Amino acid sequence: MTFLIGSITIGLILALLSLGIFISFRIFNFPDITAEGSFTFGAAITAAFITSGTNPAIATILAFTGGMLAGATTGFIHTRFKINPLLSGILVMTALYSVNLHVMGKSNLPLLNQRTLFTWFGKWSDHISGPGKIVNLIGWSVTAADLWTLLFCFLVILAFSLLLLWFFRTNIGTAMRATGDNDQMIRALGVNTKWMIIFGVALSNGLVALAGSMLAQFQGFADVQMGIGMLVWGLASVIIGEALISENKLGLLVAGAVMGAVLFRLLVAIALRWGMNPNDLKLITAAFVFLALVLPGFMKHTKKIRLTK
Amino acid sequence: MLELSCLYKTFNTGSTNEVNALKDVSLSVEEGSFVCILGTNGSGKSTLLNAIAGNFFPDAGRVILNGNNITKWPEHKRACHIGRVFQNPFSGTAPGMSIGENLALAAKRGKRRGLGWGLPAAMVRELKTRVKDLDMGLEDRLDTPIGKLSGGQRQALTLLMSSWLRPDLLLLDEHTAALDPTTATKVIELTEKIVCEGKLTTLMVTHSMQQAVKLGDRIVMMHQGKIRYDFRGEEKKKMKVTDLLFLFEELRRKDQMDLGAAELLIPKKD
Repeated sequence: MTFLIGSITIGLILALLSLGIFISFRIFNFPDITAEGSFTFGAAITAAFITSGTNPAIATILAFTGGMLAGATTGFIHTRFKINPLLSGILVMTALYSVNLHVMGKSNLPLLNQRTLFTWFGKWSDHISGPGKIVNLIGWSVTAADLWTLLFCFLVILAFSLLLLWFFRTNIGTAMRATGDNDQMIRALGVNTKWMIIFGVALSNGLVALAGSMLAQFQGFADVQMGIGMLVWGLASVIIGEALISENKLGLLVAGAVMGAVLFRLLVAIALRWGMNPNDLKLITAAFVFLALVLPGFMKHTKKIRLTK
Repeated sequence: MLELSCLYKTFNTGSTNEVNALKDVSLSVEEGSFVCILGTNGSGKSTLLNAIAGNFFPDAGRVILNGNNITKWPEHKRACHIGRVFQNPFSGTAPGMSIGENLALAAKRGKRRGLGWGLPAAMVRELKTRVKDLDMGLEDRLDTPIGKLSGGQRQALTLLMSSWLRPDLLLLDEHTAALDPTTATKVIELTEKIVCEGKLTTLMVTHSMQQAVKLGDRIVMMHQGKIRYDFRGEEKKKMKVTDLLFLFEELRRKDQMDLGAAELLIPKKD
Protein backbone atom coordinates (compact mmCIF):
# COMPACT_ATOMS: atom_id res chain seq x y z
CA MET A 1 0.00 0.00 0.00
CA THR A 2 2.88 2.34 0.79
CA PHE A 3 3.98 1.65 -2.76
CA LEU A 4 0.60 2.72 -4.13
CA ILE A 5 0.47 5.86 -2.01
CA GLY A 6 4.00 6.73 -3.08
CA SER A 7 3.04 6.29 -6.74
CA ILE A 8 -0.03 8.46 -6.40
CA THR A 9 2.03 11.13 -4.64
CA ILE A 10 4.61 11.13 -7.43
CA GLY A 11 1.73 11.10 -9.93
CA LEU A 12 0.29 14.22 -8.31
CA ILE A 13 3.70 15.91 -8.38
CA LEU A 14 4.07 15.04 -12.05
CA ALA A 15 0.57 16.40 -12.64
CA LEU A 16 2.18 19.83 -12.34
CA LEU A 17 4.41 18.79 -15.22
CA SER A 18 1.41 17.67 -17.21
CA LEU A 19 -0.37 21.01 -16.56
CA GLY A 20 2.73 22.75 -17.90
CA ILE A 21 2.82 20.55 -21.00
CA PHE A 22 -0.93 21.06 -21.39
CA ILE A 23 -0.31 24.81 -21.75
CA SER A 24 2.40 24.49 -24.38
CA PHE A 25 0.97 21.49 -26.24
CA ARG A 26 -2.75 22.21 -26.15
CA ILE A 27 -2.98 26.00 -25.77
CA PHE A 28 -0.07 26.96 -28.05
CA ASN A 29 0.00 23.81 -30.19
CA PHE A 30 3.65 23.06 -29.91
CA PRO A 31 5.29 20.51 -27.63
CA ASP A 32 7.81 22.65 -25.80
CA ILE A 33 10.92 20.59 -25.17
CA THR A 34 12.34 23.29 -22.89
CA ALA A 35 10.42 21.30 -20.30
CA GLU A 36 13.16 18.64 -20.17
CA GLY A 37 15.67 21.30 -19.19
CA SER A 38 13.44 23.33 -16.91
CA PHE A 39 12.30 20.21 -14.99
CA THR A 40 15.91 19.55 -14.01
CA PHE A 41 16.48 23.28 -13.57
CA GLY A 42 13.72 23.38 -10.94
CA ALA A 43 15.22 20.39 -9.15
CA ALA A 44 18.75 21.81 -9.37
CA ILE A 45 17.79 25.23 -8.01
CA THR A 46 15.87 23.66 -5.14
CA ALA A 47 18.65 21.23 -4.25
CA ALA A 48 21.36 23.89 -4.45
CA PHE A 49 19.47 26.35 -2.27
CA ILE A 50 18.35 23.76 0.27
CA THR A 51 21.88 22.40 0.72
CA SER A 52 23.12 25.94 1.25
CA GLY A 53 20.60 26.31 4.06
CA THR A 54 17.73 28.20 2.42
CA ASN A 55 14.20 27.63 3.62
CA PRO A 56 12.70 24.85 1.42
CA ALA A 57 9.56 26.89 0.70
CA ILE A 58 11.67 29.76 -0.63
CA ALA A 59 13.82 27.30 -2.62
CA THR A 60 10.63 25.92 -4.20
CA ILE A 61 9.41 29.39 -5.17
CA LEU A 62 12.83 30.17 -6.64
CA ALA A 63 12.60 26.98 -8.71
CA PHE A 64 9.26 28.11 -10.10
CA THR A 65 10.73 31.51 -10.98
CA GLY A 66 13.75 29.87 -12.61
CA GLY A 67 11.50 27.71 -14.76
CA MET A 68 9.54 30.79 -15.82
CA LEU A 69 12.78 32.49 -16.84
CA ALA A 70 13.80 29.46 -18.90
CA GLY A 71 10.41 29.42 -20.60
CA ALA A 72 10.51 33.16 -21.22
CA THR A 73 13.88 32.68 -22.93
CA THR A 74 12.38 30.10 -25.27
CA GLY A 75 9.42 32.37 -25.98
CA PHE A 76 11.68 35.34 -26.56
CA ILE A 77 13.99 33.46 -28.95
CA HIS A 78 10.96 32.18 -30.84
CA THR A 79 9.06 35.48 -31.13
CA ARG A 80 11.91 37.97 -31.38
CA PHE A 81 14.19 36.06 -33.77
CA LYS A 82 11.42 34.11 -35.52
CA ILE A 83 13.08 30.77 -34.79
CA ASN A 84 10.82 27.73 -35.04
CA PRO A 85 9.35 27.07 -31.57
CA LEU A 86 10.62 23.48 -31.43
CA LEU A 87 14.13 24.61 -32.29
CA SER A 88 13.95 27.44 -29.74
CA GLY A 89 13.03 24.84 -27.13
CA ILE A 90 15.88 22.57 -28.15
CA LEU A 91 18.35 25.45 -27.88
CA VAL A 92 17.24 26.44 -24.40
CA MET A 93 17.05 22.82 -23.23
CA THR A 94 20.60 22.17 -24.39
CA ALA A 95 21.87 25.35 -22.78
CA LEU A 96 20.11 24.48 -19.54
CA TYR A 97 22.08 21.22 -19.27
CA SER A 98 25.25 23.20 -18.62
CA VAL A 99 23.41 25.69 -16.44
CA ASN A 100 22.05 22.84 -14.32
CA LEU A 101 25.53 21.36 -13.82
CA HIS A 102 26.77 24.78 -12.72
CA VAL A 103 23.85 25.29 -10.35
CA MET A 104 24.35 21.89 -8.69
CA GLY A 105 28.15 21.88 -8.92
CA LYS A 106 28.05 18.17 -9.76
CA SER A 107 25.78 15.81 -11.63
CA ASN A 108 23.94 14.50 -8.58
CA LEU A 109 23.05 16.41 -5.44
CA PRO A 110 21.57 14.39 -2.56
CA LEU A 111 19.17 16.02 -0.14
CA LEU A 112 19.51 13.44 2.62
CA ASN A 113 19.42 14.90 6.11
CA GLN A 114 18.28 18.22 4.69
CA ARG A 115 15.11 20.05 5.52
CA THR A 116 12.69 19.76 2.59
CA LEU A 117 8.98 20.44 2.23
CA PHE A 118 8.40 16.74 2.88
CA THR A 119 10.48 16.42 6.04
CA TRP A 120 8.24 19.20 7.35
CA PHE A 121 5.28 16.94 6.79
CA GLY A 122 6.97 14.11 8.62
CA LYS A 123 7.46 16.39 11.60
CA TRP A 124 4.01 17.88 11.32
CA SER A 125 2.45 14.44 11.24
CA ASP A 126 4.50 13.35 14.27
CA HIS A 127 3.23 16.47 15.99
CA ILE A 128 -0.44 15.94 15.19
CA SER A 129 -0.88 12.19 15.17
CA GLY A 130 2.04 11.12 17.35
CA PRO A 131 5.50 9.95 16.26
CA GLY A 132 5.62 7.14 13.71
CA LYS A 133 1.86 6.69 13.84
CA ILE A 134 0.49 3.91 11.61
CA VAL A 135 -2.99 4.45 10.22
CA ASN A 136 -5.32 1.68 9.19
CA LEU A 137 -6.62 2.52 5.73
CA ILE A 138 -9.26 0.02 4.55
CA GLY A 139 -7.30 -2.89 5.98
CA TRP A 140 -3.88 -1.58 4.95
CA SER A 141 -1.46 -0.03 7.37
CA VAL A 142 0.06 3.22 6.20
CA THR A 143 2.19 5.75 8.02
CA ALA A 144 0.39 8.98 8.81
CA ALA A 145 3.30 10.96 7.36
CA ASP A 146 2.74 9.40 3.94
CA LEU A 147 -0.92 10.32 4.07
CA TRP A 148 -0.15 13.91 5.05
CA THR A 149 2.30 14.13 2.16
CA LEU A 150 -0.29 12.77 -0.23
CA LEU A 151 -2.87 15.24 1.03
CA PHE A 152 -0.43 18.12 0.66
CA CYS A 153 0.42 17.17 -2.93
CA PHE A 154 -3.27 16.84 -3.68
CA LEU A 155 -3.98 20.30 -2.29
CA VAL A 156 -1.08 21.84 -4.23
CA ILE A 157 -2.25 20.37 -7.52
CA LEU A 158 -5.86 21.29 -6.76
CA ALA A 159 -4.84 24.88 -6.06
CA PHE A 160 -2.80 25.14 -9.26
CA SER A 161 -5.56 23.56 -11.37
CA LEU A 162 -8.13 26.01 -10.02
CA LEU A 163 -5.73 28.92 -10.50
CA LEU A 164 -5.09 27.91 -14.10
CA LEU A 165 -8.80 27.48 -14.78
CA TRP A 166 -9.52 30.88 -13.32
CA PHE A 167 -6.66 32.42 -15.28
CA PHE A 168 -7.81 30.98 -18.58
CA ARG A 169 -11.23 32.51 -18.05
CA THR A 170 -9.94 36.01 -17.36
CA ASN A 171 -9.56 38.62 -20.10
CA ILE A 172 -5.84 38.06 -20.40
CA GLY A 173 -6.23 34.27 -20.21
CA THR A 174 -8.87 34.12 -22.96
CA ALA A 175 -6.59 36.30 -25.08
CA MET A 176 -3.80 33.78 -24.46
CA ARG A 177 -5.99 30.88 -25.56
CA ALA A 178 -7.01 32.84 -28.65
CA THR A 179 -3.33 33.44 -29.43
CA GLY A 180 -2.81 29.69 -29.72
CA ASP A 181 -6.09 29.21 -31.57
CA ASN A 182 -5.88 31.99 -34.18
CA ASP A 183 -3.11 34.52 -33.74
CA GLN A 184 -4.11 36.61 -36.76
CA MET A 185 -7.55 37.19 -35.30
CA ILE A 186 -6.39 38.17 -31.85
CA ARG A 187 -3.72 40.52 -33.22
CA ALA A 188 -6.47 42.26 -35.18
CA LEU A 189 -8.23 42.65 -31.84
CA GLY A 190 -5.28 44.44 -30.36
CA VAL A 191 -3.35 41.75 -28.48
CA ASN A 192 0.44 41.63 -28.59
CA THR A 193 0.76 37.95 -29.42
CA LYS A 194 4.51 37.95 -28.85
CA TRP A 195 4.08 38.81 -25.20
CA MET A 196 1.28 36.29 -24.89
CA ILE A 197 3.53 33.51 -26.19
CA ILE A 198 6.45 34.54 -23.99
CA PHE A 199 4.22 34.72 -20.92
CA GLY A 200 2.44 31.46 -21.72
CA VAL A 201 5.61 29.46 -22.32
CA ALA A 202 7.06 30.99 -19.14
CA LEU A 203 4.01 29.90 -17.15
CA SER A 204 4.23 26.42 -18.64
CA ASN A 205 7.89 26.02 -17.70
CA GLY A 206 7.32 27.51 -14.26
CA LEU A 207 4.91 24.65 -13.54
CA VAL A 208 7.33 22.11 -15.00
CA ALA A 209 10.17 23.41 -12.83
CA LEU A 210 7.88 23.30 -9.81
CA ALA A 211 7.23 19.62 -10.55
CA GLY A 212 11.00 19.05 -10.78
CA SER A 213 11.55 20.88 -7.51
CA MET A 214 8.93 18.87 -5.64
CA LEU A 215 10.09 15.57 -7.10
CA ALA A 216 13.68 16.27 -6.05
CA GLN A 217 12.51 17.00 -2.51
CA PHE A 218 10.29 13.93 -2.46
CA GLN A 219 12.89 11.46 -3.71
CA GLY A 220 15.72 13.18 -1.83
CA PHE A 221 18.08 14.10 -4.65
CA ALA A 222 18.42 16.15 -7.82
CA ASP A 223 20.08 14.61 -10.83
CA VAL A 224 21.16 16.32 -14.02
CA GLN A 225 19.56 13.50 -16.05
CA MET A 226 16.17 13.60 -14.34
CA GLY A 227 14.50 15.74 -17.01
CA ILE A 228 15.18 13.35 -19.87
CA GLY A 229 11.96 12.01 -21.35
CA MET A 230 9.81 14.35 -19.29
CA LEU A 231 8.21 15.98 -22.33
CA VAL A 232 6.96 12.66 -23.65
CA TRP A 233 5.89 11.72 -20.14
CA GLY A 234 3.86 14.93 -19.93
CA LEU A 235 2.38 14.36 -23.39
CA ALA A 236 1.35 10.84 -22.37
CA SER A 237 -0.41 12.26 -19.30
CA VAL A 238 -2.21 14.94 -21.29
CA ILE A 239 -3.28 12.44 -23.95
CA ILE A 240 -4.52 9.90 -21.41
CA GLY A 241 -6.41 12.73 -19.76
CA GLU A 242 -8.11 13.63 -23.02
CA ALA A 243 -9.02 10.01 -23.62
CA LEU A 244 -10.57 9.88 -20.12
CA ILE A 245 -12.54 13.06 -20.71
CA SER A 246 -13.33 12.90 -24.43
CA GLU A 247 -14.91 16.34 -24.27
CA ASN A 248 -13.49 19.67 -25.28
CA LYS A 249 -14.29 21.69 -22.15
CA LEU A 250 -11.45 23.60 -20.59
CA GLY A 251 -12.23 22.62 -16.99
CA LEU A 252 -12.50 18.96 -17.87
CA LEU A 253 -9.31 19.07 -19.93
CA VAL A 254 -7.35 20.45 -16.97
CA ALA A 255 -8.86 17.82 -14.67
CA GLY A 256 -8.04 15.24 -17.33
CA ALA A 257 -4.40 16.30 -17.47
CA VAL A 258 -4.13 15.82 -13.70
CA MET A 259 -5.90 12.47 -13.72
CA GLY A 260 -3.88 11.36 -16.71
CA ALA A 261 -0.63 12.08 -14.87
CA VAL A 262 -1.68 10.09 -11.81
CA LEU A 263 -3.05 7.20 -13.84
CA PHE A 264 0.02 7.02 -16.05
CA ARG A 265 2.33 6.98 -13.04
CA LEU A 266 0.24 4.19 -11.48
CA LEU A 267 0.33 2.16 -14.68
CA VAL A 268 4.09 2.54 -14.89
CA ALA A 269 4.56 1.63 -11.22
CA ILE A 270 2.43 -1.47 -11.61
CA ALA A 271 4.21 -2.50 -14.81
CA LEU A 272 7.57 -2.11 -13.06
CA ARG A 273 6.27 -4.17 -10.13
CA TRP A 274 5.27 -6.89 -12.54
CA GLY A 275 8.82 -7.10 -13.71
CA MET A 276 9.04 -4.74 -16.64
CA ASN A 277 12.65 -3.87 -17.32
CA PRO A 278 13.12 -0.25 -16.16
CA ASN A 279 15.43 0.28 -19.13
CA ASP A 280 12.43 -0.21 -21.44
CA LEU A 281 10.38 2.48 -19.70
CA LYS A 282 11.16 5.34 -22.07
CA LEU A 283 10.80 3.16 -25.17
CA ILE A 284 7.37 2.03 -24.04
CA THR A 285 6.32 5.57 -23.09
CA ALA A 286 7.32 6.86 -26.52
CA ALA A 287 5.53 3.97 -28.26
CA PHE A 288 2.47 4.67 -26.15
CA VAL A 289 2.38 8.36 -27.10
CA PHE A 290 2.89 7.42 -30.74
CA LEU A 291 -0.09 5.08 -30.64
CA ALA A 292 -2.24 7.63 -28.83
CA LEU A 293 -1.44 10.23 -31.50
CA VAL A 294 -2.01 7.90 -34.44
CA LEU A 295 -4.93 5.73 -33.34
CA PRO A 296 -7.75 8.35 -33.42
CA GLY A 297 -6.91 9.32 -37.03
CA PHE A 298 -6.49 5.67 -38.01
CA MET A 299 -9.84 4.72 -36.52
CA LYS A 300 -11.58 7.58 -38.38
CA HIS A 301 -9.93 6.41 -41.57
CA THR A 302 -11.08 2.79 -41.25
CA LYS A 303 -14.58 3.98 -40.38
CA LYS A 304 -14.65 6.05 -43.56
CA ILE A 305 -13.50 3.11 -45.65
CA ARG A 306 -16.15 0.90 -44.11
CA LEU A 307 -18.82 3.52 -44.81
CA THR A 308 -17.83 3.99 -48.42
CA LYS A 309 -17.69 0.26 -49.10
CA MET B 1 -9.41 60.88 -41.35
CA LEU B 2 -7.21 58.37 -43.23
CA GLU B 3 -4.31 59.79 -45.17
CA LEU B 4 -2.01 57.57 -47.23
CA SER B 5 0.86 59.33 -48.90
CA CYS B 6 3.24 57.81 -51.43
CA LEU B 7 3.15 54.25 -50.15
CA TYR B 8 5.61 51.84 -51.69
CA LYS B 9 5.95 48.13 -50.98
CA THR B 10 8.05 45.53 -52.75
CA PHE B 11 7.93 41.86 -51.79
CA ASN B 12 10.80 39.42 -52.34
CA THR B 13 13.17 42.29 -53.05
CA GLY B 14 16.15 41.28 -55.17
CA SER B 15 14.84 37.86 -56.13
CA THR B 16 13.31 36.76 -59.43
CA ASN B 17 9.92 36.81 -57.74
CA GLU B 18 10.17 40.49 -56.94
CA VAL B 19 6.70 42.04 -56.83
CA ASN B 20 6.07 45.75 -56.68
CA ALA B 21 2.81 45.42 -54.80
CA LEU B 22 2.34 49.13 -54.09
CA LYS B 23 3.77 51.87 -56.24
CA ASP B 24 3.29 55.42 -55.03
CA VAL B 25 -0.19 54.97 -53.61
CA SER B 26 -1.76 58.07 -52.14
CA LEU B 27 -5.32 58.15 -50.93
CA SER B 28 -7.27 60.34 -48.60
CA VAL B 29 -10.51 59.14 -47.07
CA GLU B 30 -12.95 61.43 -45.28
CA GLU B 31 -14.75 60.61 -42.09
CA GLY B 32 -17.85 58.52 -42.71
CA SER B 33 -17.17 57.62 -46.30
CA PHE B 34 -17.52 54.08 -47.64
CA VAL B 35 -14.87 53.32 -50.25
CA CYS B 36 -14.98 50.27 -52.53
CA ILE B 37 -11.58 49.20 -53.80
CA LEU B 38 -11.74 47.30 -57.07
CA GLY B 39 -8.94 45.69 -58.98
CA THR B 40 -7.71 42.68 -60.86
CA ASN B 41 -5.85 39.86 -59.12
CA GLY B 42 -2.49 41.05 -57.93
CA SER B 43 -3.38 44.70 -58.34
CA GLY B 44 -2.35 45.40 -54.76
CA LYS B 45 -5.76 46.01 -53.22
CA SER B 46 -5.37 43.50 -50.39
CA THR B 47 -1.79 44.65 -49.91
CA LEU B 48 -3.10 48.18 -49.47
CA LEU B 49 -5.49 47.04 -46.76
CA ASN B 50 -2.76 45.05 -45.03
CA ALA B 51 -0.48 48.09 -45.12
CA ILE B 52 -3.17 50.12 -43.36
CA ALA B 53 -3.81 47.36 -40.82
CA GLY B 54 -0.11 46.96 -40.13
CA ASN B 55 0.58 43.39 -41.30
CA PHE B 56 3.86 44.80 -42.63
CA PHE B 57 5.54 48.17 -42.76
CA PRO B 58 5.68 49.98 -46.12
CA ASP B 59 9.09 50.54 -47.73
CA ALA B 60 8.30 54.23 -48.06
CA GLY B 61 5.39 56.53 -47.46
CA ARG B 62 3.18 57.45 -44.56
CA VAL B 63 -0.07 56.21 -43.04
CA ILE B 64 -1.93 58.78 -40.99
CA LEU B 65 -5.11 57.90 -39.16
CA ASN B 66 -7.03 60.48 -37.14
CA GLY B 67 -4.00 62.75 -37.18
CA ASN B 68 -1.72 60.05 -35.74
CA ASN B 69 1.19 58.94 -37.84
CA ILE B 70 0.73 55.18 -37.47
CA THR B 71 3.26 54.16 -40.14
CA LYS B 72 5.52 52.47 -37.59
CA TRP B 73 2.83 51.22 -35.24
CA PRO B 74 2.66 47.42 -34.86
CA GLU B 75 -0.53 45.68 -35.92
CA HIS B 76 -1.90 45.12 -32.42
CA LYS B 77 -1.48 48.79 -31.52
CA ARG B 78 -3.41 49.91 -34.59
CA ALA B 79 -6.20 47.53 -33.66
CA CYS B 80 -7.68 49.98 -31.16
CA HIS B 81 -8.68 52.18 -34.13
CA ILE B 82 -9.25 49.58 -36.81
CA GLY B 83 -11.81 46.79 -37.17
CA ARG B 84 -11.14 44.06 -39.71
CA VAL B 85 -12.90 41.30 -41.60
CA PHE B 86 -10.74 38.93 -43.63
CA GLN B 87 -11.31 37.17 -46.91
CA ASN B 88 -11.00 33.75 -45.32
CA PRO B 89 -14.02 33.18 -43.04
CA PHE B 90 -11.77 31.15 -40.73
CA SER B 91 -9.31 33.99 -40.16
CA GLY B 92 -11.50 36.28 -38.11
CA THR B 93 -12.55 33.93 -35.32
CA ALA B 94 -10.87 31.52 -32.91
CA PRO B 95 -12.37 28.14 -33.87
CA GLY B 96 -11.77 26.34 -30.58
CA MET B 97 -13.43 28.99 -28.47
CA SER B 98 -17.13 29.55 -28.01
CA ILE B 99 -19.20 32.18 -29.81
CA GLY B 100 -19.55 34.05 -26.54
CA GLU B 101 -15.81 34.06 -25.83
CA ASN B 102 -15.01 35.24 -29.34
CA LEU B 103 -17.42 38.14 -29.02
CA ALA B 104 -16.11 38.96 -25.56
CA LEU B 105 -12.58 39.12 -26.97
CA ALA B 106 -13.85 41.56 -29.60
CA ALA B 107 -15.57 43.66 -26.95
CA LYS B 108 -12.09 44.40 -25.57
CA ARG B 109 -10.50 45.29 -28.91
CA GLY B 110 -7.53 47.54 -28.30
CA LYS B 111 -8.26 47.83 -24.58
CA ARG B 112 -6.19 46.70 -21.64
CA ARG B 113 -6.87 43.10 -20.78
CA GLY B 114 -6.50 42.40 -17.11
CA LEU B 115 -7.50 39.70 -14.69
CA GLY B 116 -11.19 40.52 -14.84
CA TRP B 117 -13.60 37.77 -15.79
CA GLY B 118 -13.51 37.29 -19.56
CA LEU B 119 -17.19 36.63 -20.06
CA PRO B 120 -19.21 38.21 -17.24
CA ALA B 121 -22.93 37.48 -16.92
CA ALA B 122 -23.91 41.07 -17.77
CA MET B 123 -22.07 40.77 -21.05
CA VAL B 124 -23.76 37.48 -21.93
CA ARG B 125 -27.12 39.29 -21.90
CA GLU B 126 -25.82 42.01 -24.22
CA LEU B 127 -24.27 39.36 -26.48
CA LYS B 128 -27.60 37.61 -26.77
CA THR B 129 -29.50 40.67 -27.91
CA ARG B 130 -26.88 41.68 -30.42
CA VAL B 131 -26.41 38.15 -31.80
CA LYS B 132 -30.18 37.90 -32.09
CA ASP B 133 -30.09 40.90 -34.45
CA LEU B 134 -28.09 38.76 -36.88
CA ASP B 135 -31.19 36.62 -37.20
CA MET B 136 -29.23 33.38 -37.56
CA GLY B 137 -30.55 31.58 -34.52
CA LEU B 138 -27.14 31.72 -32.86
CA GLU B 139 -28.29 33.52 -29.70
CA ASP B 140 -29.04 30.23 -27.93
CA ARG B 141 -25.78 28.63 -29.01
CA LEU B 142 -23.31 31.04 -27.41
CA ASP B 143 -21.44 28.09 -25.84
CA THR B 144 -20.88 26.37 -29.20
CA PRO B 145 -17.28 26.43 -30.45
CA ILE B 146 -17.22 28.82 -33.40
CA GLY B 147 -15.37 26.22 -35.49
CA LYS B 148 -18.62 24.26 -35.77
CA LEU B 149 -20.37 27.07 -37.65
CA SER B 150 -20.55 27.60 -41.40
CA GLY B 151 -18.35 30.10 -43.20
CA GLY B 152 -21.25 32.52 -43.63
CA GLN B 153 -22.17 32.42 -39.96
CA ARG B 154 -18.54 32.93 -39.00
CA GLN B 155 -18.20 35.85 -41.38
CA ALA B 156 -21.37 37.45 -40.01
CA LEU B 157 -20.01 37.06 -36.47
CA THR B 158 -16.64 38.49 -37.54
CA LEU B 159 -18.49 41.54 -38.90
CA LEU B 160 -20.30 41.92 -35.61
CA MET B 161 -17.00 41.52 -33.74
CA SER B 162 -15.10 44.04 -35.85
CA SER B 163 -17.76 46.66 -35.23
CA TRP B 164 -18.60 45.77 -31.62
CA LEU B 165 -16.64 48.74 -30.38
CA ARG B 166 -17.14 51.44 -32.99
CA PRO B 167 -13.89 51.37 -35.03
CA ASP B 168 -12.53 54.61 -36.49
CA LEU B 169 -11.89 52.62 -39.63
CA LEU B 170 -13.42 49.36 -40.84
CA LEU B 171 -11.38 47.26 -43.28
CA LEU B 172 -13.23 44.59 -45.27
CA ASP B 173 -10.96 42.41 -47.37
CA GLU B 174 -13.11 40.61 -49.96
CA HIS B 175 -15.09 39.30 -47.06
CA THR B 176 -17.73 37.65 -49.23
CA ALA B 177 -15.41 36.13 -51.84
CA ALA B 178 -15.29 32.72 -50.17
CA LEU B 179 -19.04 32.43 -49.59
CA ASP B 180 -21.81 31.01 -51.76
CA PRO B 181 -23.96 33.64 -53.55
CA THR B 182 -26.94 33.50 -51.17
CA THR B 183 -24.77 33.77 -48.07
CA ALA B 184 -22.68 36.47 -49.72
CA THR B 185 -25.82 38.54 -50.32
CA LYS B 186 -26.83 38.14 -46.68
CA VAL B 187 -23.40 39.17 -45.44
CA ILE B 188 -23.41 42.17 -47.77
CA GLU B 189 -26.81 43.27 -46.45
CA LEU B 190 -25.48 42.96 -42.94
CA THR B 191 -22.40 44.95 -43.90
CA GLU B 192 -24.56 47.73 -45.28
CA LYS B 193 -26.66 47.80 -42.15
CA ILE B 194 -23.70 47.88 -39.78
CA VAL B 195 -21.82 50.52 -41.77
CA CYS B 196 -24.89 52.76 -42.15
CA GLU B 197 -26.05 52.46 -38.55
CA GLY B 198 -22.61 53.20 -37.15
CA LYS B 199 -21.74 55.74 -39.88
CA LEU B 200 -18.44 53.88 -40.10
CA THR B 201 -15.55 54.97 -42.27
CA THR B 202 -15.06 51.87 -44.38
CA LEU B 203 -12.64 50.52 -46.96
CA MET B 204 -13.99 47.46 -48.73
CA VAL B 205 -11.90 45.47 -51.15
CA THR B 206 -14.06 43.53 -53.57
CA HIS B 207 -13.97 41.52 -56.74
CA SER B 208 -17.63 42.06 -57.42
CA MET B 209 -18.50 45.05 -59.59
CA GLN B 210 -22.14 44.74 -58.57
CA GLN B 211 -21.14 45.28 -54.94
CA ALA B 212 -18.95 48.23 -55.89
CA VAL B 213 -21.76 49.85 -57.85
CA LYS B 214 -24.41 49.18 -55.25
CA LEU B 215 -22.49 50.00 -52.09
CA GLY B 216 -20.54 52.93 -50.85
CA ASP B 217 -19.99 56.46 -52.03
CA ARG B 218 -16.65 56.09 -53.75
CA ILE B 219 -14.92 53.61 -56.07
CA VAL B 220 -11.15 53.33 -56.25
CA MET B 221 -9.75 51.14 -59.02
CA MET B 222 -6.30 49.70 -58.63
CA HIS B 223 -4.09 48.13 -61.24
CA GLN B 224 -0.53 46.86 -60.92
CA GLY B 225 0.08 48.48 -57.57
CA LYS B 226 -1.27 51.88 -58.52
CA ILE B 227 -4.55 53.71 -58.11
CA ARG B 228 -5.77 54.26 -61.67
CA TYR B 229 -9.30 55.62 -61.22
CA ASP B 230 -11.09 57.28 -58.37
CA PHE B 231 -14.82 58.07 -58.64
CA ARG B 232 -16.87 59.81 -56.00
CA GLY B 233 -20.02 61.82 -55.48
CA GLU B 234 -22.33 62.12 -58.48
CA GLU B 235 -19.80 60.39 -60.70
CA LYS B 236 -19.88 57.30 -58.47
CA LYS B 237 -23.69 57.29 -58.34
CA LYS B 238 -23.88 57.20 -62.13
CA MET B 239 -21.41 54.29 -62.38
CA LYS B 240 -22.75 51.09 -63.86
CA VAL B 241 -21.23 47.63 -64.03
CA THR B 242 -20.75 48.05 -67.78
CA ASP B 243 -18.76 51.26 -67.22
CA LEU B 244 -16.44 49.46 -64.84
CA LEU B 245 -16.04 46.54 -67.23
CA PHE B 246 -15.13 48.98 -69.96
CA LEU B 247 -12.49 50.60 -67.76
CA PHE B 248 -10.96 47.26 -66.88
CA GLU B 249 -10.84 46.33 -70.54
CA GLU B 250 -9.12 49.63 -71.28
CA LEU B 251 -6.51 49.02 -68.56
CA ARG B 252 -5.82 45.61 -70.02
CA ARG B 253 -5.46 47.01 -73.52
CA LYS B 254 -3.05 49.68 -72.30
CA ASP B 255 -0.93 46.97 -70.67
CA GLN B 256 -0.72 45.05 -73.89
CA MET B 257 0.15 48.19 -75.77
CA ASP B 258 2.89 48.93 -73.25
CA LEU B 259 4.26 45.44 -73.68
CA GLY B 260 4.13 45.78 -77.43
CA ALA B 261 5.85 49.15 -77.28
CA ALA B 262 8.53 47.75 -74.99
CA GLU B 263 9.17 44.97 -77.47
CA LEU B 264 9.54 47.49 -80.24
CA LEU B 265 11.90 49.67 -78.23
CA ILE B 266 14.07 46.93 -76.80
CA PRO B 267 15.19 44.64 -79.61
CA LYS B 268 15.08 40.96 -78.68
CA LYS B 269 18.39 39.22 -78.24
CA ASP B 270 18.69 35.98 -80.12
